[in-house]
Amino acid sequence: MKTFDKLVTWSLLKSPWILHFNSGACNGCDIEIVDALTPKYDVERFGMVLKATPRHADILVVSGPVTRQQAKRLKTIYDQMPDPKFVMAVGACGCSGGVFNGCYGVIPGIDKTLPVSVYIPGCPVRPEAIIDGVVKLIRSVEGKK
Amino acid sequence: MSKITIPLGPQHPALKEPENFMLVLEGEQISGATVNLGYNHRGMEKAAEERTYIQDLYLLERVCGICSHSHTTCYITNVEELAKCETPKRALAIRTLVAELERVHSHLLWLGVAGYEMGFETLFMYTWRDREQVLDCLELISGNRVHYSINTIGGVRRDITAEQKAEVLKRIDYLAERTSYYIKLATEEATVLARTQNVGKLPYDVAIERGAIGPTARASGVARDVRKDEPYLLYSELDFKLITADSCDVFGRLVVRALELVESYKMIRQVLNNLPEGPIAVKVPMRIPAGEAVNRYEAPRGEDIHYLKSNGTDKPERVKVRAPTLANLQSVAYMLEGGWLADVPLVIAAIDPCMSCTDRAVVWDPKKGRKQTYGWEDLRKLAIEQYRRRGVDFTRL
Ligand code: SF4
Repeated sequence: MKTFDKLVTWSLLKSPWILHFNSGACNGCDIEIVDALTPKYDVERFGMVLKATPRHADILVVSGPVTRQQAKRLKTIYDQMPDPKFVMAVGACGCSGGVFNGCYGVIPGIDKTLPVSVYIPGCPVRPEAIIDGVVKLIRSVEGKK
Repeated sequence: MSKITIPLGPQHPALKEPENFMLVLEGEQISGATVNLGYNHRGMEKAAEERTYIQDLYLLERVCGICSHSHTTCYITNVEELAKCETPKRALAIRTLVAELERVHSHLLWLGVAGYEMGFETLFMYTWRDREQVLDCLELISGNRVHYSINTIGGVRRDITAEQKAEVLKRIDYLAERTSYYIKLATEEATVLARTQNVGKLPYDVAIERGAIGPTARASGVARDVRKDEPYLLYSELDFKLITADSCDVFGRLVVRALELVESYKMIRQVLNNLPEGPIAVKVPMRIPAGEAVNRYEAPRGEDIHYLKSNGTDKPERVKVRAPTLANLQSVAYMLEGGWLADVPLVIAAIDPCMSCTDRAVVWDPKKGRKQTYGWEDLRKLAIEQYRRRGVDFTRL
């Protein structure tokens, strides 16, 4: 079993696959996440690939303050992901509700719904900040190994 | 063949945002489609009533991250109308400039997404790389890449220097060159033509009947553009063409947006080369006089309408936003029907949906006792009257 665990961590570090979920964001962060995948910033050089289904993903990248409608869907998607899994909260509204704090339709902050591993602040986050967050996440998993 | 109903969304790889389509399928063909909204509903209009006018500026900017300038400009025009403030001409010019830069960024973004949905990933990577040039321009002018916050009540926050002007013009030249390549690609590439022609048909009559707006309507031959119909900012002084296409399909929408890019470059150059001199903002008191105002704005996706009611305090009594995607969704349902399942993502992407804008609508009951009913005819008359007062006459149409 030990060898298997090692293999899983190794593959996670070499090529973390991500799933992007919009839980009521204003789109600002979403386009910056996609931006990070395109030629100027190119997070694919860290082996990150955007995946279409939660069942293939290692990291759930969530933007938005979590609307009441989306909360249970977000949970379902998280539950469908295989272990080990991580959640990245992107943007001020993902971290704490940001500008939407106090709106009746939101449960401010992703950490009220899911355990979050990395918080990336900014409204919207800059692609450089996303890359920094990814690298920090990879480093922290490496440290635990 | 028996019918089956499949849900598409709220989380689906083809959709960048949460929305849900219920598709009734007969084999591979779609025989019915309904749209479900509300996954993105945050309650911003209510929140806007609890914040001051200046705070609302930053809240309403976050209605949408792609057309943030559209929403703030439309909102601020209302506020300034109520406050009876004379916005300096230079500020209007800077707002126009940012508005057109925003259109360029939004259309390039769309072109990439459409390419991606077609399976043409190279196009996606190309356009998004070029889009960075516009974002750099916006960052140069306003300090931010996405939420520019250039507007402030009474004018704009920042002035444009000669160096900034030169830098923006340089980047626009580069983009104009790239865009001519995209236009060639969109109109000549065999795969693009095969994927887009005769897909997602929206005939002229249906576009009118379902109230399509923006590039979606213009691609069905409907010459509808707020910048021409009811010019705001500096548009009445600018020289630009209203682009339409009559193929009524995804191809038409592609061509309209690509050609609009060229028009936007033209306008950006005109604005920058004729920047009026003067101050960039005037002071406006915190309390806005009581009254009501409605304004329209041509956002990249179509007509955006803002309503504002003030009660004389420093907080608005009611803010109402009608974002363009809401008007276009009925057309999507029509476009999907009779089409093939495989074309669904492309057809949906073709109206450039923006759910974060749209999902604020709530059904609202008028206060009991003070209910006033308007028939369709009354409403029409009311609208005609109001517009005639503003100098726009629709009766001749
Ligand atoms: S953090 Fe700001 S930019 Fe990002 S989704 Fe939230 S409101 Fe939009």
